[in-house]
Amino acid sequence: MTLTIPSVNMTALLPQIIIAGTALVVLMADLVLREKRALGILSFLGVAGALGAVAWLWWLGSVPSFQNMAVADHYALVVNIIILIAAGLGILLSLGYATHVTPHQGTYYALLLLAAAGMMTMGAATDLVTIFLALEILSLSLYILAGFNQADARSGEAALKYFLLGAFASAFFLYGATLVYAALGTTNLLALLTRSFRPDGPLLWVAAGLLIVGFGFKIALVPFQQWTPDVYQGAPTPVTAFMSVGTKAAAFAAFARVMIIFLPGSHSSWTYALAALAVLTMTVGNLAALRQASLKRMLAYSSIAHAGYLLVGFIAVMDGGMQAVFFYLLAYGFMNIGAFAVLVALERAGDGDVDATRARGLAARQPFLAALMALFMLSLAGIPPLAGFFGKLYVFSAAVQAGWAWLVVVGVLNSVISAYYYLGVTVGMYMQEEAAGEPVVVPARGVGLSLALTLAALGTVLLGLWSAPWLQLAARSAVAFMGG
Amino acid sequence: METLLFVVLGAVAVAAAGAVVLSKNAVHSALFLLLNFISLAVFYVVLNAQFLAVAQVIVYAGAIVVLFLFVIMLIGGEAGRLTAPGQSIVPISAAILSLIFLVALAYGIASGALAGVQGPASEDVLAQVGNVQALGQVLYTDYLLPVQLVAVLLLVAMVGAVVLAKRPKT
Repeated sequence: MTLTIPSVNMTALLPQIIIAGTALVVLMADLVLREKRALGILSFLGVAGALGAVAWLWWLGSVPSFQNMAVADHYALVVNIIILIAAGLGILLSLGYATHVTPHQGTYYALLLLAAAGMMTMGAATDLVTIFLALEILSLSLYILAGFNQADARSGEAALKYFLLGAFASAFFLYGATLVYAALGTTNLLALLTRSFRPDGPLLWVAAGLLIVGFGFKIALVPFQQWTPDVYQGAPTPVTAFMSVGTKAAAFAAFARVMIIFLPGSHSSWTYALAALAVLTMTVGNLAALRQASLKRMLAYSSIAHAGYLLVGFIAVMDGGMQAVFFYLLAYGFMNIGAFAVLVALERAGDGDVDATRARGLAARQPFLAALMALFMLSLAGIPPLAGFFGKLYVFSAAVQAGWAWLVVVGVLNSVISAYYYLGVTVGMYMQEEAAGEPVVVPARGVGLSLALTLAALGTVLLGLWSAPWLQLAARSAVAFMGG
Repeated sequence: METLLFVVLGAVAVAAAGAVVLSKNAVHSALFLLLNFISLAVFYVVLNAQFLAVAQVIVYAGAIVVLFLFVIMLIGGEAGRLTAPGQSIVPISAAILSLIFLVALAYGIASGALAGVQGPASEDVLAQVGNVQALGQVLYTDYLLPVQLVAVLLLVAMVGAVVLAKRPKT
């Protein structure tokens, strides 16, 4: 038995390696640097470098690596871009925030970067083993990040809940992967995709069900969403902003790569199960969001609802649905992180949460901040010509083309419900008086926060007005995904 | 012979797993978990995976269960704290789902869908090169990337443990 040296192609994972390397440098620099803010800037530079690497790889074309364990095709690169944007904005938000939360800033930024590296690897992974390990890297980092606010009991509760339920969900995923291996003899998705026969049988049904539970937990689909509001509320706000977008992007990307081996056509049995999940997710998320007093919890439930809209596009995966999903994820990234950025500005130091009453009358005191919040809320509600509207438009039209008109009707109805609470915030800011007895909030300031708000607002507006380049990008990814 | 061994071991493993959940005393639960891990190790031996069997005993039975016992003793949770959950729909629906799962698996096995595919590591190959070498070869060629990802995962766990263990300065 001779040892053949495998084809190790490090370039395919260059963005991930840059991010993980930056995390190590940040950990080391924490020991010598006195000015902790520099750590955040260093992390941001790492993210920028990784974006550069993504651009270079895009130009190179599809690069497989590590015996087909991971691949740097356009699909993976688009996922990388979404995650890097979320990570960059999250780091900018943390620049002023992390000092209030924790003395261990080096670890904070390092874990944020490692979580991003895990998410990016998940998008590139083409083997169930790689997907599982990437999932664990991102999950472990996020469990710890969720509990980083040690002064706040809710943060510890968030970390513990997320950890216990997340470990359980990982076990589901692993069991599903094992059954795929038992039935088909390989865990490699590229090998499965190129097989001539379409797998079927009770074992694969069970396997697909278990895998859906595992992914559904990370994406926060109903009925696997119980952890979401508590974790989103308890975690430090920049972490919430980052994970709400990054985890969804990574999980949807890997989910699609896995499910395509189970989905022979646009109306196979699994799509019906997913459609039921989508209806539940949208409806439960929106109805629960209606009754939240805390803005952070409201955004948590709204993120569940958005996961439902994304799933509607996902169901049309065989008919170019992923292209719409990626466009939606990018739009969601800008508008949702923007909304969380406004919350960061409104939080009092060490408070960790924002009540809806605190936003009342904001327009009179802080017209600029109120205008930005209104912009993000309108985009989340899906009002044209903002990014959120086009995201929904593409997702829903992909579903209609795949023959899921009734599902789209449910989605549009849900969109109407969601407008109520998004506009409620806006109305509160512009038309209501400040709540009596509430101390006046002096919004946090900072270069990082301003920059993040500006970038998020620009992204929200530009993606709406000028969506063609990004759509082309997403279309390339869909082609790569179908093996083209 | 092998079938008989499998049936006996399987029964022990399942009974031990059930006892982990059902016993009222947390220390007993941990000890039943030990029994479950060891019967799994014997499974590995039967399947010609001696290296995995040894690793299973050292890592799980040795390190992890001992750690469990330490924690249980430290927080003093050994006696009767584990109360049965109240009336709720959760246990019933869990039982129904588990039953469906069992039926699907049993059908899969009975219909022969679980026949599996023979990998490169057949019994003869293992007898020739040994277990550790065969495993090492696969790990450092085909599964090189996962091995490296595990390294990153361990780094995350280590960094996280250090942060969580440090008490906030007051």
